[in-house]
Amino acid sequence: MARRESQLSEKIEINMTPMIDVVFQLMSFFMCSLKVVAPEGDFDIRMPIAAAAAAAPDDQQVPPVRVKLSAGPDGGLAGIAMNGTPVADFDDLRKRIIGLVGADSGPNSLAEKTEVELDCDYALKYANVVRAITAVSGRVNNGQVVELIRKIKFTPPKKG
Amino acid sequence: MARRKSGGPGATEIDMTPMIDMTFQLITFFMFVMNFSEAEQDDRIQLPSSQLAKPTEGVIEKPITLQLTNGGAVIYAGELVPVRDIGGYLEREKSVMLDSGREPNSATVIVRADGRAKAGEVQDIIRICQEKGFERFALRAQYDEKR
Repeated sequence: MARRESQLSEKIEINMTPMIDVVFQLMSFFMCSLKVVAPEGDFDIRMPIAAAAAAAPDDQQVPPVRVKLSAGPDGGLAGIAMNGTPVADFDDLRKRIIGLVGADSGPNSLAEKTEVELDCDYALKYANVVRAITAVSGRVNNGQVVELIRKIKFTPPKKG
Repeated sequence: MARRKSGGPGATEIDMTPMIDMTFQLITFFMFVMNFSEAEQDDRIQLPSSQLAKPTEGVIEKPITLQLTNGGAVIYAGELVPVRDIGGYLEREKSVMLDSGREPNSATVIVRADGRAKAGEVQDIIRICQEKGFERFALRAQYDEKR
């Protein structure tokens, strides 16, 4: 007991001030440099220049699905057509794509072989192109992404 | 002086422990949330949103990021460049790659285009990149589970 009492009386007090100063400075640094960033993702497109002048089609090749996106006077979406047939909206486009290639997107499936060629008007707002790519490249089923068509290309741009 | 003396033995000691605990937890939180990635992001670009734009797994090695603004200019390495002029910059990028023994077709061009930009301008960018030998593109979109 005597020993503990003597220990208590000789207790060294740590000076916390410098530590708290540093800690607050660290906190201010992290708070100021914090940048809230929305999650971003990519649509990967492999488009070599030779693809535009495609070689002679072989038996394995499936003819590309041509999706035409027309622009209105303000750059908004005026119409969608798939292989020349008008489509109501992007959900309808997705349904038609599923109807064409089937729901299976595994290896050697029709969906894997099929290519979508996007023909967009020059003045069309890019957000519509992303919506079209979203519609043809997959769907979300119970939180799971079900892939559809992976090969997407653009027709050469036409100014006018 | 008299005031300091009165703050001596009779002073009430504040327990600093909860405050320090809290501060350390805050620091840990900010350290985790902080984004150290070198992804080029610009506030001038409003990316289109998509529910399928899930973050890519792994890191794209040495990508070339081209950001297209609403006004039709490309932000390349922090500089505003007209679309028709990016060919020269890509040529430089290509020669640097060839010097380091890499082919341009192995590099990924990240296209961060504003949702309000013209689709034709995005296609122009892709065409210019193709002419310089680049063929891998990543069209960037903002992940939004509703759209």
